[in-house]
Amino acid sequence: MGRRRGVALMGALIADVIAWFGDPSNLTGSTGVPTRIVEHIRYSGVALIIAALIAVPIGALVGHTGRGGFAVVGVANGLRSLPEIGVVLLLVTFVGGVSLTPVTIALVVLAIPPLLGGTYAGVRNVDRATVDAARGMGMTEREILTKVELPNALPLIIGGLRTATLQVIATAAVAALVGVGGLGRYLIDGLGVRDYTQMAAGALLIAALALLAEAVLAGVQRLVVSPGLRTTASTGRRAAAPPSEPVEEPQTRSTPVPEPARS
Amino acid sequence: MIDWNWIPANADRLGPAIVQHLVLALVPVLIGLVVAVPVGWMANRYRAARAVLVPAAGLLYTIPSLVLFIVLPGVLGTQILDPLNVVVALSVYTVALLVRSVADALAAVPGMVVAAATAMGYKPARRFAQVELPLSLPVLISGLRVATVTNISLVAVGALIGIGGLGYFLTDGFLRNSQTSIIVGTLLIFVIALVFDSLLVLIGKLATPWVGAGGSR
Repeated sequence: MGRRRGVALMGALIADVIAWFGDPSNLTGSTGVPTRIVEHIRYSGVALIIAALIAVPIGALVGHTGRGGFAVVGVANGLRSLPEIGVVLLLVTFVGGVSLTPVTIALVVLAIPPLLGGTYAGVRNVDRATVDAARGMGMTEREILTKVELPNALPLIIGGLRTATLQVIATAAVAALVGVGGLGRYLIDGLGVRDYTQMAAGALLIAALALLAEAVLAGVQRLVVSPGLRTTASTGRRAAAPPSEPVEEPQTRSTPVPEPARS
Repeated sequence: MIDWNWIPANADRLGPAIVQHLVLALVPVLIGLVVAVPVGWMANRYRAARAVLVPAAGLLYTIPSLVLFIVLPGVLGTQILDPLNVVVALSVYTVALLVRSVADALAAVPGMVVAAATAMGYKPARRFAQVELPLSLPVLISGLRVATVTNISLVAVGALIGIGGLGYFLTDGFLRNSQTSIIVGTLLIFVIALVFDSLLVLIGKLATPWVGAGGSR
């Protein structure tokens, strides 16, 4: 009985959402869908770039030297346990008013752990024999890092980037709570006036954006990762990593390296 | 910044919120585990199942939590303020995360060991329960750690739709402009996440005494 009502409700909701997208007033102007999508991408993009500029160099250096690895893993895992919504709200109360700065800071804090963890694990897990060979050929430490370790670490670095991107896109929606724009507006405004149709439309847009970002990054991964690495998609090695070193923690919200067809 | 009077004044509200938070976060972990083990086993056993299940799990995982909290009432026919929405949403995430963990962990069990167990007369079901599953525990535990910590953190997002355990202190603190409320709520969630993370590490160590003991794995 409840089930059937659910199905009927679902049908009505789908019709309402289609109608919502068909209404020109929702598609134009400063509160229209295109504007909101651009805002959402802008917030997410800025935060991801800042986070990458911080996390990738640190992760690469620590992974290369092997010093401070414990601290990096600890920080990455520790930050992951922080409820991001708390961080956003707290920063906003400090800054006051409606401003992007606290939201951006919170998104950066959120994006650092997967990027840091991915870069560190990627560089750390490059086959030691390969690194020794590079050293034996007379490469400088810098060359080893840029020409050997980082290219080999790319699958895990991009894996970290994908995780970070998804989390940031999702959390940028939550940030609408503090009055900034983006696609989260539809959720928060809809919630305020119990306009379920608007909420569902917003939810659909955010999910679509997340899936699109995921698809784009998967494509990027295919383009930039050396074909030589594809046959060794690291599932086997990953699974075999001893749990005593939680370096290889599967990332939160991760969709790890896509795998080639196993032959 | 911190109003020390807030804590005693609100202490009686913290207890029930912590309990609700834990129920909302941990019940899905258990549900997810129970569902993910057989599904992960299938994904490991049949290549066609893997080709469908692992990407599907990945897709489920890309859906932002707030979106799922909001859409589920429409799908389940529940009220938007029903805690069931949060439990189902987090169970979906846990399954999505663990299916991959289980499949990878089972795939990493050395073929020799499986063959040896078969040769010793272990039937498939008993072999799975006594050989393959225990050997895949380390990877499973690290998946569980991530799922648990993530869930404890995501319950807070539920506060936006009115069910969020300790998350209530975050949204409420924001509305009342009480930084203390937000800080206390955030720290409690953080500490609870760390406690359960450590607990799982300990369980993992106790359950897999052979890990790190001599030899390579």
